[in-house]
Amino acid sequence: MSEPTAYTEELMAKADELVGRYPHPRSALLPLLHLVQYADGYITDAGVALCADRLGLTKAEVAAVATFYSMYKREPLGRHLVSVCTNFSCQVRGAGEVYQRLSAKLGVGHNETTADGALTLEHAECLGNCEGAPVVTVDYLNYECQTPESAEALVDQLLAGERPAPTRGMPPEGMRAVSHRLAGLGPPDVEGVAGDVGRACSQARADDGALPPVESGPGTVWVPVEPTFAVDREAQRAQARQAVREAGADPDEVEASAGASAREFPTTPPDWEPTVTPRPAGDASAHRQGDDAEREGDDAEPDGDAGGDAGPDGDGADPDGDDAEREGEGADPEGGGADPKEHDDG
Amino acid sequence: MSPQAETVTVTIDGIELAVPAGTLVIRAAEQVGVTIPRFCDHPLLDPVAACRQCLVEIEGMRKPMTACSTVVTDGMDVRTHLTSETAAVAQRAQLEFLLINHPLDCPQCDKGGECPLQDQALAHGPANSRFVDQKRSYVKPVAISPLIALDRERCVLCARCTRFAQQISGDPFIELFERGALEQVAIYEDDPYHSYFSGNIVQICPVGALTASTYRFRSRPFDLRSTSGVCNHCSAGCNLRVDTRRGHIQRQLAGENMAVNEMWNCDKGRFGFAWVDHEQRLRAPHTRGSWQRLHPTSWREALTDAGEGLGRVLEETGPQGVGVLSGGRLTDEDAYAVSRLARDGLGTDNVDFRLWPRTEEEGEVLAAVAGTRGPSYDDVEHADVVVVAGLDPREEVPILHLRLRKAWRNRRQRIVAVGPALGSLAEVAWRWVATPAGDEARTLAALAGDAATGELAADVADALTGAGKVVVLAGERLARSPGALRAAARLATATGADFAWVPRRAGARGAVDAGLMPGVLPGGRRLDEPGAVARQWHRVPTEPGADARGILANAAAGGIRALLLVGVDPVRDFEDPRLAHAALAAAETVIAVDLMHTASTRYADVLLPAAAPQERVGSFTTWEGRRQPFPQAVPPQRLEQQDWDIAAQLARAVGGDFGWETAMDVRGEAAAVMDRDATTREAIAALAPADVALGQPAVAPPESGELDAVTVDHLLSTRSTLLAGADDLLATAPTPRAVMAPGDAQQLGLTAGQDVTVTGPGGALTLPLAVSERVVAGSVVLPGNATDAPVGTLADPNDPTARLRVRLSKPAAELEESA
Amino acid sequence: MAEPLSVLTSRFDMAEGHTLEGYVATGGYASLDVAFGQAPTDLVQQVKDAGLRGRGGAGFPTGVKWGFTPRDSGKPVYLAVNADEGEPGTFKDRELMERDPHQLLEGIVVACYMLESRRAFIFLRGEYVWPGMRLEQAIAEAYEHGYLGKDIAGSGVDVDVTLHYAAGAYICGEETAMLDALEGRRGQPRLRPPFPAVAGLYGMPTQVNNVETIMNVGHIVQHGIDWYRSMGTDKSPGPKVFCVSGEVARPGNYEWPMGTPAREIVDRSCGGMLAGRELKFWAPGGSSTPLLTADHADTPMDFDSIAAAGSLLGTAAMMMYSDHTSVVEAVLNWTRFYEHESCGKCTPCREGFFWLSQVYERLLDGRGRPADLALLDEQGDNILGRAFCALGDGGVSPITSSLTHFRDEYEHLVAHGRLPDGLEAHAGVVTDNSGHSRPDQLVGSP
Repeated sequence: MSEPTAYTEELMAKADELVGRYPHPRSALLPLLHLVQYADGYITDAGVALCADRLGLTKAEVAAVATFYSMYKREPLGRHLVSVCTNFSCQVRGAGEVYQRLSAKLGVGHNETTADGALTLEHAECLGNCEGAPVVTVDYLNYECQTPESAEALVDQLLAGERPAPTRGMPPEGMRAVSHRLAGLGPPDVEGVAGDVGRACSQARADDGALPPVESGPGTVWVPVEPTFAVDREAQRAQARQAVREAGADPDEVEASAGASAREFPTTPPDWEPTVTPRPAGDASAHRQGDDAEREGDDAEPDGDAGGDAGPDGDGADPDGDDAEREGEGADPEGGGADPKEHDDG
Repeated sequence: MSPQAETVTVTIDGIELAVPAGTLVIRAAEQVGVTIPRFCDHPLLDPVAACRQCLVEIEGMRKPMTACSTVVTDGMDVRTHLTSETAAVAQRAQLEFLLINHPLDCPQCDKGGECPLQDQALAHGPANSRFVDQKRSYVKPVAISPLIALDRERCVLCARCTRFAQQISGDPFIELFERGALEQVAIYEDDPYHSYFSGNIVQICPVGALTASTYRFRSRPFDLRSTSGVCNHCSAGCNLRVDTRRGHIQRQLAGENMAVNEMWNCDKGRFGFAWVDHEQRLRAPHTRGSWQRLHPTSWREALTDAGEGLGRVLEETGPQGVGVLSGGRLTDEDAYAVSRLARDGLGTDNVDFRLWPRTEEEGEVLAAVAGTRGPSYDDVEHADVVVVAGLDPREEVPILHLRLRKAWRNRRQRIVAVGPALGSLAEVAWRWVATPAGDEARTLAALAGDAATGELAADVADALTGAGKVVVLAGERLARSPGALRAAARLATATGADFAWVPRRAGARGAVDAGLMPGVLPGGRRLDEPGAVARQWHRVPTEPGADARGILANAAAGGIRALLLVGVDPVRDFEDPRLAHAALAAAETVIAVDLMHTASTRYADVLLPAAAPQERVGSFTTWEGRRQPFPQAVPPQRLEQQDWDIAAQLARAVGGDFGWETAMDVRGEAAAVMDRDATTREAIAALAPADVALGQPAVAPPESGELDAVTVDHLLSTRSTLLAGADDLLATAPTPRAVMAPGDAQQLGLTAGQDVTVTGPGGALTLPLAVSERVVAGSVVLPGNATDAPVGTLADPNDPTARLRVRLSKPAAELEESA
Repeated sequence: MAEPLSVLTSRFDMAEGHTLEGYVATGGYASLDVAFGQAPTDLVQQVKDAGLRGRGGAGFPTGVKWGFTPRDSGKPVYLAVNADEGEPGTFKDRELMERDPHQLLEGIVVACYMLESRRAFIFLRGEYVWPGMRLEQAIAEAYEHGYLGKDIAGSGVDVDVTLHYAAGAYICGEETAMLDALEGRRGQPRLRPPFPAVAGLYGMPTQVNNVETIMNVGHIVQHGIDWYRSMGTDKSPGPKVFCVSGEVARPGNYEWPMGTPAREIVDRSCGGMLAGRELKFWAPGGSSTPLLTADHADTPMDFDSIAAAGSLLGTAAMMMYSDHTSVVEAVLNWTRFYEHESCGKCTPCREGFFWLSQVYERLLDGRGRPADLALLDEQGDNILGRAFCALGDGGVSPITSSLTHFRDEYEHLVAHGRLPDGLEAHAGVVTDNSGHSRPDQLVGSP
């Protein structure tokens, strides 16, 4: 997760304006995501939260949309985005060579950004400029009839901070500025961009509106969380077993004996007190680890079912991992807790 | 479909049938026994036609059509895979496509053996795949919540789960992410799929992509024994399928009952069964006996001790020296048995199952409701206006929430919430008549036309009088507000509406029907008009007894010397825990029948183990008044017995005999006296209108700086006995918070998220604060059952029945810091 | 013999054609007065009678489609202009909007008047930044001078236009997917019925029309049915912008009457094929339309004639390729495109192109198997007409048509593991399609 970005009131006002344009607020989602790319350079967690908050959606609903469209980026973009069309009418006129040359020159592959944050390279599907094949776009502005050499020269100029004129349109202002336009807000107020639009922009140079990228970081926002009851548990268990072994004991034995006590009864302890501290946040997970240990037992013996049936009451030897639980039951009547009468009356 | 709907004739594989207009081809085919393969289709979800598995040939169409999304038209000629090679080829092709990226890991997949993909691949699929290329592979499994694991490789992207979240439960924390071949179900990284209904997506997943942490790698479907069940967690009455293996519950699924829970249930009902096998279960009788401390013993000795204890008190003080308290978990049979034990066996009317705060008129309304049949789920769904008062359906009766949400989504049903907090009705409510706590009676009376209404309420009043069908749902909590329950009943009568009292617990309605309240006999009969009850029982007390508060107060004062607790934990559950504590400590004989050791069972002189619902037969009555019997799923593990049986044995121990051998005997006897031949609507019409002074608030408004405490019980509480051991489920529970209106928070200088100390006359609690427009100014909503100390401990020990007023402040530590 | 036209493209050579001043000076916005004097339903009839067919690819009669919009539903009616031009080989709308944005706005105002709609959305392809800037300027000018907004030209007609940038998804060219995108959702096609004309954007009656289609409307109203029908064929009347790309000497947008044969356009407008190259295969309407061969070069470019030849006119994006070029390579390129652009909703499209692009990679790598050709044949059938929307059918078109016309090239690849002599795959066939779906990119998350 990236650190939260504080959005300026000015940006929030822009968001409000976009939302106000549509009969239904949700229609502003695509524009708002462009606005997030303007503010942050890519789709950040904070940006997703902004959209969700502003439109009354869950973050999952926002990310479902953000991940659908290829123009929303999950990593900080370079100052400029260089796209090489490789659909066939460009391919047949040499787009492949152009892309390969740029990739080699910049040392980056598809959707990657140069180390200095200057350029992001991508190969793109048909960019709708087949009469100018092969076409390269910089910030979606078209440079037609490229050769590997001309493309290299173009990139050199961009790297030098120049803004060569495309064959159509105007010199590229940089991806941040273009994102502002894509949000439907026209050209950004460059002075305004610098300085007050969030963390990333505070480092911006105001000279040409072409903003340097934010420092590269874990930018993805929609990585599903890692499983907690498979990988982690296995690692924890291995670690614990190692520790036991180092202490000179048999981990199998220790695990077997831990079955009952590993489970902790989560309901109220009998002695409630009128003033109370909130339950520690870690509690639930601690219980879950106890469970996990048992589930390990189950996992380890997938064939347990095939074993002899111990009869309906299950009191006999039980080949699968239910033993631990049953031991707990056996211990229960005596373990019923302190007797209040004795304390209270005694 | 209404019966008078227009019908059309359609031919499926040569079989002609008439179906209502608007029927989907796939449903029509089911009617003639043709099951068209499908993955994305689900009868309760909107068609999406994504998986393309159900392609059929329709005469006149140039390409195969999806049966799940095509509506039959008159004269349509459909040929499925059974009679059309085109359809068969098309279906085979889809299976081949679905399997190219499937991991084919059936031997280790939980779904193996009950997997639609597996079944259909076997029935219709090509035996060999021509796919020789690289499959998609993903990291797996991914935990989308503590309860649910996602294995994306197995997913066929049918979108049943995401559509369930959007369309049915309305909590879309899972969505389809990415595009094309990368499309996948996902959650947002830091926003897990926490839903009260999350388990349903596991059940409707047509492959093994979604699995429950409670069941993963536990069992094979073909090793399971399935029993139907009825959920014991709330009054919704969800039908269950209880899957067991060698005497242990492996999982619970939602059973299908379109009249009740349709095909859904909540996570509490699905995953909240670990307690049945929990080590804290009480599995043998205990007695104090001569040891002076509780120890396990035989039933014979325990019953002898119980009989002696009760007998001594009866002899020395007569029946008025005995009090009987029960709780909300008892089955109908148990409730009846306890009711008879108290009256017939012990001769006392000191009996109550209601440990919640309430006003006097509650008993009258409940006596009227007892034994009647109220509006059904379908009535609620098809009502034009539903008034909800004193009830947060999602927290208290979750499946009722789904029904209301369905009616809202499909029909834009007008749902009117009345009360100090809107709670989870926020999404669906048409109007919220925000009412200060304690003032509900006035609002309801105004809506009934008994007084002028305000601007907003006028709007609602118009809707109530102008609408066709109205249902008034009154929650258990409404009775805390003076006159409110009766005002709700009066509103129903005045507007010709249906009325239902919607309790929280599964056994509450059965307890009402059985007369587990002082002065009320089974079927709502009064002590002086026992009718059929007198013929059935040996004796009926003539003197009205005390209610729960009276019993406990009397016990604490020494007047009641023997307490019988059946499935109730007064120390935890009674509105005034201190009194409960004192009463139990003072009573000379405490006999407790329970499932587990609780805070109260520590006081017991005799402790008798009860069987869990899954370990026995019984029936529960829904809030509608629908009795649903259920069979035994697993045997009791040791010496646990059914509560009714224990009651009968206790009766014998004091010299009575009810003559029951089986639960059926009890059920048969109970049915004759508990059920009345009346609807709730008829029964409440005779109630006197609420005595509400309409011109002024029913209660004095809080003093400056004070807030009315409104307690709402959460569905999932770590404090709940019946959730013991359900750790993964509890990990999805929302954090208990105090919730107040923004203006109040501002005035007190409190901000959302910070911890606040809630101080009442009797104590204080600290918990995080939430700020919401959905709480009326002047009130604070507190989680009734989810804090370490019960909210009842805040009440004034000298005047515990007074309306609870609290002050909120920053925690002391923080105050010190700032000072 | 047909001659090139200058109707829709009349301002392509004007420096100031994109400005309001330049537009009005050359007769722009003249159709408004004509339209506002007539009843909307009469105007729809005129569009019907003129025989205008949708230029977005399907060729459905526009006037008929507009007749489906209920006028008395009490609901607002929306016009959604589909400017999400993404079909490979298609670039007409881009240039039309770049060079003559007011022509689109004029068409929108007239169309909205006909449909009794007061609100139009232009759903513009996100990558079309420059056309977007031209449109924004035009919209601002039009509002300023009363050609948009309230009481247009004193007629009492109100039309508001919202320009909405998309974000990169070919599927949004499908009209219902476009509506979902416009509603802020994943651009996946919707079930029909209900059709957008009845329940579209926000569930309201909505007409979705291509940019070029809308641009035709003003001309029809202004110049009349007979004038319009004087161009093109009886069943496909009117002017058409043909986007010619590939191995022709001068690729570009050329306006000709409907029904002009491809050979004539290529020879007279494009300067023929590149020197030393012969036409081998071509797509008449973008990569989603079945490939044709040199034998079809004289087929009139209208909806019916091209259909009779076994293909589709589509967007009239003529992608012309020569005897130096491998058709299998072209099809791999496009199959990857459809794999990348499949929305993922339905099984055959999502899984089918994932599979088939791998088969094509193997074929071109020399790892083809004899069974692959039958597999391609069959899986083409298994996607065609089985997918949720037309993207599946479109993706299959190059596959099945190339197998029909150039099977020998496939067979040579399978038999010899390389292309026939004289053909060489183009350098830089991009194999690191990491935005695409290869397992190594899929393990773990980015």
